[in-house]
Amino acid sequence: MSTATESAVAVLILLGALFVLLGSIGLARLPDFLTRLHGPTKATTLGVGAMLLASAIFFSSGTNEGISLHELAILFFLFITAPVTAHLLAKAALHRQTGTQQSDSGTPVRGRDGEKLPHPDKTS
Amino acid sequence: MRWLLPRPLLSATVFLLWAVITNAASLALLLLGGLLAIAVPRLTLPFWPDPPRLVRPWRAVRLFAVFAADIVTANWRVARQVVGPLYRLSPALIEVPLDLRDPFLATLLGSIVSLTPGTVAIDVDRQRWVLLVHALDAPDPQALVREIKDRYELPLKEIFAC
Repeated sequence: MSTATESAVAVLILLGALFVLLGSIGLARLPDFLTRLHGPTKATTLGVGAMLLASAIFFSSGTNEGISLHELAILFFLFITAPVTAHLLAKAALHRQTGTQQSDSGTPVRGRDGEKLPHPDKTS
Repeated sequence: MRWLLPRPLLSATVFLLWAVITNAASLALLLLGGLLAIAVPRLTLPFWPDPPRLVRPWRAVRLFAVFAADIVTANWRVARQVVGPLYRLSPALIEVPLDLRDPFLATLLGSIVSLTPGTVAIDVDRQRWVLLVHALDAPDPQALVREIKDRYELPLKEIFAC
């Protein structure tokens, strides 16, 4: 394996790890259930995507024969299952009215109090 | 042909997935994949009463390119929002009125919306055909509605005759 492919793999892994980390930070920092949902669902798309790409490059350019395509299948299954998970979680949250308002008649509804997220200086 | 492959597209998907998972290692595995490609669509026939017809496949390539580019740019945006000051965000539940009238396409649209960061599709109301979307930061909900409809729903409607 040449230095160029090695560095490409390294960069992709780091990038993937960075986005997964950011997803987790989002999960920890955001205030209510529905906004928290955004962190983890995002990490799967770009973060895991980058890592899988790195894996595909690594195992395709290694000593073993042929190109590795498993990663494509993983990505495909991830992309069709991640929205389902998010959908079910969000639906359960709405059902239990976790910290958000439900929209009524076609009008868009803002976050918690119909306002922006609370300013840290004003609330606490 | 109709009898053997009632859903040609689903058969092709199953066969391709099988080839990818097994790395298409041998002829025997490919034959088994062919068998699965015939069996699976036949067994799942009752679940798909009338699937939408694919009429403009080449548009799907363009939609996929737009989708892939959106994943990258929007991921970056959400990453910045998540580490930035949170009080600047205005999360919103938004109802997106749909023009399409097909459960499968609505599911596809919902999945695309969920995978592009910043928005999660929560519910499809099949009485009123409204997609309920939660956005992490939507200062202008109407703009988001327009974006979803123009970028994703319109191409979907063109790809599948609907």
